Amino acid sequence: MKTVGKPVIKKDAMALVTGQPVYTDDIAPKDCLIVKVLRSPHANALVKQVVKEGAMRIPGIEAVYTWEDVPGKRFTMAGQTYPEPSPYDRLILDRHMRFVGDPVAIVAGADALCVDQALAALKVEYEVLPAVLDFRKAKDHEVLVHPEEDWRSLCPVGADNRRNLCASGSMEKGDVDKVLADCDVVVSGSYHVQAAQQTMMETFRTFCYIDTYGRLNVVSSTQIVFHVRRILSHALDIPKSMIRAVKPRIGGGFGAKQTVVSEVYPAFVTWMTKKPAKMVFSREETQTASSPRHEMEVSVKIGADKTGNIRAIDVHTLSNTGAYGEHGPTTVGLSGTKSISLYGELDAHRFTYDVVYTNKMSAGAYRGYGATQGIYAVECAVNELAAKLSVDPVKLRLDNMVREGQVMPAYYGETNTSCALDRCLLKVKDMIGWEEKYPCRELGNGKVRSVGLAMGMQSSGISGVDVGSATIKLNEDGIYTLLIGAADMGTGCDTILAQMAAECLDCPVDEVIVSGADTDTSPYDSGSYASSTTYVTGKAVEKACEKLTRQIKERACQILSCSDETLFFDGHQAKDLDTGKTVGLKEIGTASMCGNNVALQVTETHSSPVSPPPFMAGAVEIELDKETGHVEIIDYVAVIDCGTVVNPNLARVQAEGGIAQGIGMALYEKVQYTEDGKLLNNSLMQYKIPTRLDVGKIRVEFESSYEPSGPFGAKSIGEIVINTPAPALTHAIYNATGIWFKELPVTSEKIAMGLLK
Amino acid sequence: MQIRITLNGRKITEDVSPDLLLLDWVRAHGCYSVKRGCETSNCGLCTVFMEDKPVLSCSVLAVRADGKRIETLEGLRKEAEEFGAFIAGQGAEQCGFCNPGMIMNAIALFRENPEPSEEEIKEYLAGNLCRCSGYEGQLRGIQAFLAYKKGGGIQ
Ligand code: FES
Ligand code: FES
Repeated sequence: MKTVGKPVIKKDAMALVTGQPVYTDDIAPKDCLIVKVLRSPHANALVKQVVKEGAMRIPGIEAVYTWEDVPGKRFTMAGQTYPEPSPYDRLILDRHMRFVGDPVAIVAGADALCVDQALAALKVEYEVLPAVLDFRKAKDHEVLVHPEEDWRSLCPVGADNRRNLCASGSMEKGDVDKVLADCDVVVSGSYHVQAAQQTMMETFRTFCYIDTYGRLNVVSSTQIVFHVRRILSHALDIPKSMIRAVKPRIGGGFGAKQTVVSEVYPAFVTWMTKKPAKMVFSREETQTASSPRHEMEVSVKIGADKTGNIRAIDVHTLSNTGAYGEHGPTTVGLSGTKSISLYGELDAHRFTYDVVYTNKMSAGAYRGYGATQGIYAVECAVNELAAKLSVDPVKLRLDNMVREGQVMPAYYGETNTSCALDRCLLKVKDMIGWEEKYPCRELGNGKVRSVGLAMGMQSSGISGVDVGSATIKLNEDGIYTLLIGAADMGTGCDTILAQMAAECLDCPVDEVIVSGADTDTSPYDSGSYASSTTYVTGKAVEKACEKLTRQIKERACQILSCSDETLFFDGHQAKDLDTGKTVGLKEIGTASMCGNNVALQVTETHSSPVSPPPFMAGAVEIELDKETGHVEIIDYVAVIDCGTVVNPNLARVQAEGGIAQGIGMALYEKVQYTEDGKLLNNSLMQYKIPTRLDVGKIRVEFESSYEPSGPFGAKSIGEIVINTPAPALTHAIYNATGIWFKELPVTSEKIAMGLLK
Repeated sequence: MQIRITLNGRKITEDVSPDLLLLDWVRAHGCYSVKRGCETSNCGLCTVFMEDKPVLSCSVLAVRADGKRIETLEGLRKEAEEFGAFIAGQGAEQCGFCNPGMIMNAIALFRENPEPSEEEIKEYLAGNLCRCSGYEGQLRGIQAFLAYKKGGGIQ
């Protein structure tokens, strides 16, 4: 292959490194109204009244809106394919405040100063209600987060607002209890994962304006332009055709921007006032009123015989969706399907779950999407099983891991069509020096060096749901334009998809212009999430290019008056092998604009009935200070099977970035609430994401399988990379201390306190 | 209050409110490379040069820059392109949002210490957060750039 598999530089690279104005706030009109919201100080309260007059009198204030001013139809902010599994439990502004940070009022004004004054001048009278803050007690609690009559669940996900249930369900194969009772060894434990924040450097932001045709134009930092259009049409109760959604460059998403967090507020202001409006979330708002990971407590039981043959896995997940149900019913599923499925040929498995509402910030989508939480729990339990059996955790995994060709009963019965997990694990073992270093080595100065490891998997798009499309056209200068609705959020998908197009069309990547995403001009795409873009949209690109090549040839045959059989096309030139006459791509492009009936523009759509998982193994070496509990990462190694690597540089940086995020979640990123439900970690001062001094050395390699259903054999990479650090680090910390920590983050303080006991 | 600032070589005299942050002032003057990632001086995205020294423009009042020279990435285009190409060569620019601040600080480092060690690089840039890259690609880019400079600027 000429282009696929090459470390092509990202198309937007030079614009980004020279700081060009390409992000939402850089391109917003200067006369935008500034939009901010007043947020509830109470975890559960009813707004009795809002006195607006004082605020309205402040010079520059354009509008103040409360629950009385907004449409009364409930919707969800989750960016998912309709009908969304997430319940319709939102209003733009509600009377009922369900967490500290829930918006009470929207204020729009000429500048930030007057808007801040107006926010301070609003007088709100609340009826404060008791709150349900402990997610372990939320189910069937007497306090209901959503007591309202018009709460709706569109899909059969086991939701019941009268029980604080956003979803519940189970799946089972074989008799788990019986098999567990029959096992020689059973380990069990409950593992708690915090509601970690994506912490993309660009906070949520959106600006809106009315165009020539009276339509609402929404320019937003989003991963999901088409879902934005639909969700806003539901929220504002206006036709979808009246809305256009566009995304410029995005300063990171990681799933956060798969939820419509900031869009509804400026959209409502612009729709009401017909004036341009802009909302930029502060970091504090982004920390306290957004769409973080679902807090989960995952309880695992794993049974094996004495020889280390794993026979049964039982997983129960309790997930906290917070005040609203965005992505609640779907994230939880991955905590079981993508953890149990790491192990093939079980006699039995069971997965049960409850997703509960509480009066905390609602959760959303974050890289890994539930799989991260489930894999953390199951991989920790497998490491504990290895310790209990006194077998090497590498051997235990090699003896039990899922293999290529196996059917995966817990993964919708899909067959594992491409899998190099065994090679990944063996390579990771070599790279970290497992033989010499496992389990630990005392350094003699109160410090100990140890190693730990884990495996992970993810998916490639949502099978039977995600839709990717691509439009490719030939321009008169022989250059192609590729239109996509997928969203490059720094991942480089514009470049990766252009590489695939260039490969198919036999041209340099520079000769493919990429444009997107814009609901008016891009072909439909579900959006960039669920690790779908390379696998699903990539296939659409491949299909579109193949078809366009056929049509270019057809037009060339017309020009050369020859038949298809004698025509040879090399990407630049078509030649009639009989006569030797040639016509160049430029001439074909130009000829398509005169007296032509063959469209040199093609749109193709792709959806996959399967979602082949990428696999990965990760291992870490740490140095732990027994006095302070400080953990220093010496070396983190990862080997990934994402199928064919389309762009090794971009895949590597994705992996390194995901691992660093996983390290943050495992060791540093605390989520702490006060007794009355206020989040304390509301800034980057309090919420410590890793700096470059905190991640040690990260080394990534690839062991590729070939996925027959993917474009050029590719699967996905975006999410899987976050899944191994938490269990691998927990394992290394155990190997250094003899203590199994079962709650993230495993801070130095917890380790030091644990060692004191 | 009236201030006089030389922004990227251009002298600007202007009346500003005393609580205006330098960050908002430079953006209002078209220097959009300067980003805000936090409100607590933790991210480094807002780094500019004040009299050749890197400062966090979110933590400096515009009036404090009175009479001073301020430079942003817009004013360092050649250096940004030359060094930035090495970041791009690794694919380490990802979303790019943190890049201007990091590149400003990296340029400051190279001016202060043309041959920094790996530890010195990490320490100097510790205040520049990046959530996308895991920092390794940035480090590779920096080291490749330093090797190129050491070799007399020939790739
Ligand atoms: S904006 Fe974060 S340090 Fe200045
Ligand atoms: S590249 Fe996105 S934050 Fe650094």
